Amino acid sequence: MSKILVGLKRVVDYNVRVRVKPDGTGVVTDGVKMSINPFDEIALEEALRIKEKGGASEVIVVSIGPGDTQQQLRTGLAMGADRAILVQTDAQVEPLAAARIFLKLVEKESPQLVLLGKQGIDDDNNQTGQMLAALWNRPQATFASKVELDGAKARVTREVDAGLETIEVDLPAVITSDLRLNEPRYVKLPDIMKAKKKQLDTIAVADLGVDAGSQFKTLNYAAPAARQKGVMVKDVAELVAALKQKGLL
Amino acid sequence: MAKILVVAEHANGKLNPATAKCVACASQIQGAQIDVAVLAADAGAVATQAAAIQGVKRVLKIENAANKEPLAAVLAPQVAAAAADHTHVFGPSTTFGKDLMPRVAALLGVGQLSDIMAVESAYKFRRPVYAGNAVITVEASPDKKLVATVRTASFQPAGSGGSGSVESANVSAQLPTHTRFVSRSAAATGRPDLQTASRVVSGGRALGSADSFKIIYSLADKLRAAVGASRAAVDAGYAANDLQVGQTGKIIAPELYVAIGISGAIQHLTGIKDARTIVAINKDSEAPIFEVADIGLVGDLFQVLPELEKALSG
Repeated sequence: MSKILVGLKRVVDYNVRVRVKPDGTGVVTDGVKMSINPFDEIALEEALRIKEKGGASEVIVVSIGPGDTQQQLRTGLAMGADRAILVQTDAQVEPLAAARIFLKLVEKESPQLVLLGKQGIDDDNNQTGQMLAALWNRPQATFASKVELDGAKARVTREVDAGLETIEVDLPAVITSDLRLNEPRYVKLPDIMKAKKKQLDTIAVADLGVDAGSQFKTLNYAAPAARQKGVMVKDVAELVAALKQKGLL
Repeated sequence: MAKILVVAEHANGKLNPATAKCVACASQIQGAQIDVAVLAADAGAVATQAAAIQGVKRVLKIENAANKEPLAAVLAPQVAAAAADHTHVFGPSTTFGKDLMPRVAALLGVGQLSDIMAVESAYKFRRPVYAGNAVITVEASPDKKLVATVRTASFQPAGSGGSGSVESANVSAQLPTHTRFVSRSAAATGRPDLQTASRVVSGGRALGSADSFKIIYSLADKLRAAVGASRAAVDAGYAANDLQVGQTGKIIAPELYVAIGISGAIQHLTGIKDARTIVAINKDSEAPIFEVADIGLVGDLFQVLPELEKALSG
């Protein structure tokens, strides 16, 4: 019976205007809407589609974070995941530590596939999937825009700077999703009710026995240099003149 | 003293300019010795180009038939082995580097610092988070090897005229066969690539239909620009998904960005805030896009665009 493990990160919703706290200790998260990282939602959608086509028997959603992360896992269950695991911690978890935690769960669950978003839209690290693949000594297919399973192999189309690249990987493997892999489904009310009854296990990081120590220390958060409001022009002739003045025409 | 290994990106015997940008970043660390690793089936031509980058001391050729295509799973163990004596390992923050470097870091048992945008010291850097809506200063532990990617938009390439030595490096690493290259296809649109184009013309919901969206292509061709679109235009089906500019689409930094009929939602502005010059054309004078535009024109795009095209032809 083949399982798919999907990572869901709790992040500030992508529609929120992120603001740096005046004292530079972080960004404002009080009262801010939190959601599933959009790339992870795409990863989950892909896992569900694979299962619906008979390519997997169980989809497990996993998150690492504070207790409130249960909300995002419940949303994942409402989308159609079968069960959820929360590795609970209030500490910041660096990608290497996240990969070590995932590895523990992978060793326990033996999935055929681990699907993750290519990056979290908070820290923008783009590391966890690759690190997990390295520690697990298995293939990675990052920036996936198309996934085709074929027995013990997967053929993955990747969005790279040069265009589209297709690779073939033996399973089990780690795949990270890019934006164009699919469009996630909307959650319906009856599914939210059903999701409340699904299994959600909570594990403390300490119980997994992984080194979750940190190598990096964030000293300060700052707002980026602001753009200055420019000039308004009246018509096309003035626009062309302004572009010429900037050496753009 | 810092000893930095830069992993070269290359294709078809040509060094990618991102490599010279990584060297520029590495050069900002005082007293650093900079080596470049070229992994290829035949590294000769690329190694010569890398040795000519100002500031490069040694180029290490790591040649293996398995290195013909840049598969992270195959390259990572070799980079990790080659970096045994280095304090830092840098790669570009391109899809090549983003794929490879975290795998290298994990094999070395260390973390990674992504997207260096400024160097403060050998172990202190600035990088963007939240799609560039915040910039953090990060200090890395000096007792660990520092693996990092360099944000290419933040550095000018190091100059040429260097005279580094070229040598073959012997790395012993077990190479996996579980990952195989199949094919690569460039998007054959004839237009510049949206991600790397120096000029971009984008259309928004105000275009009204996929058919009307064609005037965006027409103007882009006049300006030799790539075509982009807002999420609203993509969601409405006016433009293809891969044209979406914004936080969940492409984050770009062209010399010229022309936003047409785009109101300027936060998630769109996040994708263009590093553009050198932003031009906005919109019917609504209150549109938020005008708050960030260098040049703004309030008007009906269906009147303005034909006029503009005519002026550009003249």
